[in-house]
Amino acid sequence: MSPAHRPVRFGVVVFPGSNCDTDAHHAIGTFPGAGAQFLWHKDTDLAGVDAVILPGGFSYGDYLRCGAIARFSPIMQAVRDFAADGGLVIGICNGFQTLVESGLLPGGLLRNMGLKFVCRYVNLRVENADTPFTSTCDEGDLLRIIVKHNEGNYAVDAETLARMNANGQIVLRYADASGALTDEANPNGAVENIAGICNDTFNVFGMMPHPENSVEAAMAGGADGRRIFQSMIDTVLQRAEVAS
Amino acid sequence: MNVRVHVTPKKGILDPQGATVERALPNLGFEGVSEVRIGKFIEFRLDPQGKTAEQAKAEVDEMCRKLLANPIIEDFTFAIDEG
Repeated sequence: MSPAHRPVRFGVVVFPGSNCDTDAHHAIGTFPGAGAQFLWHKDTDLAGVDAVILPGGFSYGDYLRCGAIARFSPIMQAVRDFAADGGLVIGICNGFQTLVESGLLPGGLLRNMGLKFVCRYVNLRVENADTPFTSTCDEGDLLRIIVKHNEGNYAVDAETLARMNANGQIVLRYADASGALTDEANPNGAVENIAGICNDTFNVFGMMPHPENSVEAAMAGGADGRRIFQSMIDTVLQRAEVAS
Repeated sequence: MNVRVHVTPKKGILDPQGATVERALPNLGFEGVSEVRIGKFIEFRLDPQGKTAEQAKAEVDEMCRKLLANPIIEDFTFAIDEG
């Protein structure tokens, strides 16, 4: 089997307190061309996976700050090395929080502006479709995906934000049904309605909403989350093709 | 040594908890309150292990930067006293 035709392997990192890990594992299993395996937080290597998912949940009880302790798990050194080599890493919700705490993504995630846990569907406007995580989308597309978090209020200093905007690192923003970036559409007060961002090499991606909960059309809410994972699968396959 | 660390939301970053408390206090008749910031207080004992005060201070500063606070979104101050 040529490398381009083997299933794309996703590693889902399991921290103590992760609770969207099985959802992520299940979601990947719905793609014929992909498979998922769990990676324990005490592991020191990634078992040769093609892409890494840091799942949602409450790693280490959200003690101190969300993601602050998970960052020191043995597996995170392997994730850092993998990312430095260009490997695809997606952090969802608590996984996003862990990526900003690790310094793999800029900025930080504060408590929601409304001081309440939010659990609802949001519209995500694709701001950059030229990334390994959104390549199956077009710029301006709206993805309807759920958010469920208490600390999703993205904050970053003005200088870094300007640089991220100029680089196209702002990948997803909260929008209303018409695609307008309104305050009402912003569930947590995130600066400039930011819902998802990439690092400056576009191989590390964090998003507060949960694409793994929107992968089956028969389920309420639809299957818009598939486009994120399909983009990652396509990217891995394209890279394998180029390398072979 | 006793170490006391205060962590607060970084200046310039909105603190929704602080803003809510700031609005609540006048409702109870307490006037003149402004710039409420809600953060964390962390205390611990540090065995000096022969370190000078200067070295201990540098070490606590590093602890704050690496773990106790997230300098991207938080400010911190600390005090160390003998005993």
